[in-house]
Amino acid sequence: MDTAEELAKQQRSISVAEFFEKNRQILGFDSAPRALITCVKEAVDNSLDACEDAGILPDIFVQIKRAGELYRVIVEDNGPGIVPSEIPRVFAKLLYGSRFHVLRQSRGQQGIGISAAVLYSQLTTGKPTRITSRTSPERPARYVEVMINTAKNEPEIIREGDIDWERPRGTRVELDIEGSYVRGRRQSVYSYLKSVAIVNPHARITFVEPDGSTERFERATELLPKRAYEIKPHPSGIELGELTKMLRYTERRKLSSFLKESFSSIGNIAAQEILQNSGLDPSMDPRSLDYDQSRRLFEALRRIKIKSPPVDCLSPIGEDLIRSGLAKEYSVDFIATVSRPVAVHSGNPFVVEAGIGFGGDLDRNGRVEILRFANRVPLIYQQGACAITHAIEGVSWKSYGLDQPGGGLPFGPAVILVHVASTNIPFTSESKDAIADIPEILAEIDLAMKEIGRKLRRFLALQETLSERREKEEIIGRILPRMAEKLADMLGLERPDISRVVARIMGNVLVRRDIEQENGRLKVRIEIENNTSSQRSFKLHEIISVEAEDLDPPARRVDMGDRYDYQWKIAIRSGEKVVLRYTVKNHLQKMPEAVVEGLEPEIVTGARVLSDA
Amino acid sequence: MHDPESRLLGIARSLYDQFREGTVPHLVLPTRTKKNIEYSTEDDVWVYGDQESVRSVKTIRGARTLLKTVHLIDLLVKEHLRGNRASTLREIYYISENWDLAKFAEQAESDRLIEDLEIITGLQREDFHVRPEEDGAAVFGPLRIRERTRRGEREIHCQEDIGEAGYQIPFNVDFVEFLEHDARMVIAVETGGMYARLIENGFDEEFDAILVHLKGQPARSTRRFIKRLNTELKLPVAVFTDGDPWSYRIYASVAYGAIKSAHLSEHLATPDAKFLGVQPTDIVEYNLSTDRLTDRDLHALRAELTDPRFGSDYWQRQIQLQIDLKKKAEQQAFAGKGLDFVTKRYLPERLSELGMA
Repeated sequence: MDTAEELAKQQRSISVAEFFEKNRQILGFDSAPRALITCVKEAVDNSLDACEDAGILPDIFVQIKRAGELYRVIVEDNGPGIVPSEIPRVFAKLLYGSRFHVLRQSRGQQGIGISAAVLYSQLTTGKPTRITSRTSPERPARYVEVMINTAKNEPEIIREGDIDWERPRGTRVELDIEGSYVRGRRQSVYSYLKSVAIVNPHARITFVEPDGSTERFERATELLPKRAYEIKPHPSGIELGELTKMLRYTERRKLSSFLKESFSSIGNIAAQEILQNSGLDPSMDPRSLDYDQSRRLFEALRRIKIKSPPVDCLSPIGEDLIRSGLAKEYSVDFIATVSRPVAVHSGNPFVVEAGIGFGGDLDRNGRVEILRFANRVPLIYQQGACAITHAIEGVSWKSYGLDQPGGGLPFGPAVILVHVASTNIPFTSESKDAIADIPEILAEIDLAMKEIGRKLRRFLALQETLSERREKEEIIGRILPRMAEKLADMLGLERPDISRVVARIMGNVLVRRDIEQENGRLKVRIEIENNTSSQRSFKLHEIISVEAEDLDPPARRVDMGDRYDYQWKIAIRSGEKVVLRYTVKNHLQKMPEAVVEGLEPEIVTGARVLSDA
Repeated sequence: MHDPESRLLGIARSLYDQFREGTVPHLVLPTRTKKNIEYSTEDDVWVYGDQESVRSVKTIRGARTLLKTVHLIDLLVKEHLRGNRASTLREIYYISENWDLAKFAEQAESDRLIEDLEIITGLQREDFHVRPEEDGAAVFGPLRIRERTRRGEREIHCQEDIGEAGYQIPFNVDFVEFLEHDARMVIAVETGGMYARLIENGFDEEFDAILVHLKGQPARSTRRFIKRLNTELKLPVAVFTDGDPWSYRIYASVAYGAIKSAHLSEHLATPDAKFLGVQPTDIVEYNLSTDRLTDRDLHALRAELTDPRFGSDYWQRQIQLQIDLKKKAEQQAFAGKGLDFVTKRYLPERLSELGMA
């Protein structure tokens, strides 16, 4: 007893701020280089969301400066600004935000991001965060210095006041942190911003590095992404606890209207069916359901087949913009994109979009580059733990033209981009580095990969045929004539006819006729060679003015007045040869060319081709 | 006896006839890889086996190579043979500069085609008036020769008429005639330092030896010269190199022929040639100063263990010992025992072991 009471005295609640103060790795501040990227990321996410909500084309300025032993991160946007009274809470209170209770796609959800950065800054440097914001050119800009009182999770204003600011509208955050700046690596501020620019082709991002060098990621479109609208939950995949909560707190008084009003995609008919299946009275008060009844309703909701959730809660990038995003930041020979139809996981609609860039300046020997995005936010860390990576690894890329030695990620000059957009992205942890292996999401990514894989394979096959054709043209058009000429010149002989050799190299059907004189007769021998890659069936005509004898094999004869048409039906397999023989009386007229009927003229050498017309 | 012009034109003619017959023009060559090398018990040398490969104009690579071959034949026939001119391998590569489509990408390519023509015609590049950039190595010893030069015939005694560097072997050894000699043996020496040491110590006089400086991997003319000393003058040959895997290969190319020129082994290889040293056992016996074997060295030694040219008990024992020692020694390491050690002690002992002195 005593002990329990002793212990009870020590129990007290922990503020979220305190909790994250002690567990900073959860939010992505676990290493010095990463902390810097995370700060930039949180500020840039906020700027993009704010601009899009206000219908403004984002123009974001990011600067990282050395400030003694510390780094100063400055992020400035042209967004709508924040009203002065809200500024302290937005930046210096964790779990404060406008998006948590709303079912629609957005970058931030929980209202932790930027306040976590402020917390990290004050933890490592003891300095307040400086915010400047202006909501309209008619109003002055507001300057605020804030810190977080971690015990209470409340903002503390250090200084505030109106100041002059050259921007008519927007927000500027400036925070000092302990961090470390890396260049060039995939996990760097630079690559992060490059990735942001790819999936946000409507944004212009200017980046100034500590050494003063400036990079401008220009926008590729003037069109804002489609706005994401709030929706109600979709019945498929909803959880029992969620349903009980909804039943208890609903304002509807009848079960039927509760169903129709609280969920997306449920209309009269669907509501009726659900109630029938669950055996519940449509006029029941939703709040009066007991555990057993809730459970029956839950089962009925799960089982019913209804239409997919509406897509307007999502804001996919779209195939065209994925293409221009990739084309803008990579020099490649080929891009394929795909946008999957909307699907659902745990009641949350989601869309998978993907793109692949191939060739160009990409590294030919390394693993393919993977660009992962969730709700337009680049995922940089924990690639190995992510559903996107797992789905890519699960595809057999060999059949699509990429190497995949020993399974795993494919090798080759390619970059693969995958974007998952959802009202709720199931991350593996709070730091939002990797998407969890939800079967529905894995399946959608798999389908997307196979679709771009097929497009890639078609492209590669075409490339191969084109290069083979170019090779043959080079051989036939330039090298062989040159060789024949040189040989003739060297040997003092006339230039040889190279058409037969050309036929063989081109893979044509070759018809060769030799005529020999013997005892006053002409012995004719026709050799037909199929150099094409498949079996060919056609007719061969010899149209001559004298009667032929000793036909081997026999031919059909058609009299044509003053001439005879001898016809052979020929079926000849690839790579095989057929010989036709006959003899005629010696006569002075020159024999006309042999005639072939039933083949495309471009694959025949050595004979005239009778056209179908 | 053999007519290079008609043999070269024969190749051209067969390509020409293939055009006329409608056969896709091609040449058939023995496959020039390690796998296609066989030991000829008849001549005790390594020659190409009967694997053949076809080079045809069906592929762009083959077509380009054949076009280059035709141009090369044209050059050899018109300029070299009919015009009685000669070019170095390097010059041929530069001459192709004007051949446009048929221009060689690098000298290795033209060198290789010349070798191909040797194989097909059964002749040597000297017959086509093609010479290497550098002349053969140097010779010093009691030997009188007559050399046919562009400026007339010269008689030279390889001790009396020459300077310290020795007599320079010309690129075409067939222009040299052996007149008389007082030699009992030929010692081929890998390094310039040891060659100079032997001359300075009067080894050639004391042992009646013809010294040949190999200058690393020996040129064809050097190997051909040694071969002729061996067969025409019946002189025993010993090869004196550093004690490392690369030097054993130098010995093997003198004694058994090289893979690159296996078609000429019968002209170039001296199967009787003995290996004088430096032997791995010498490293132990004379406690020579050494260097550590590198990974590349070890790799080469292991490859030699499975190379049929080093299949004898002697070589297997020596190479295994060296792998265990993990050490290699240069010829000059004998200088650590005094400047006369090699001529007063090492060589006499080794030569008597080999039954040469």
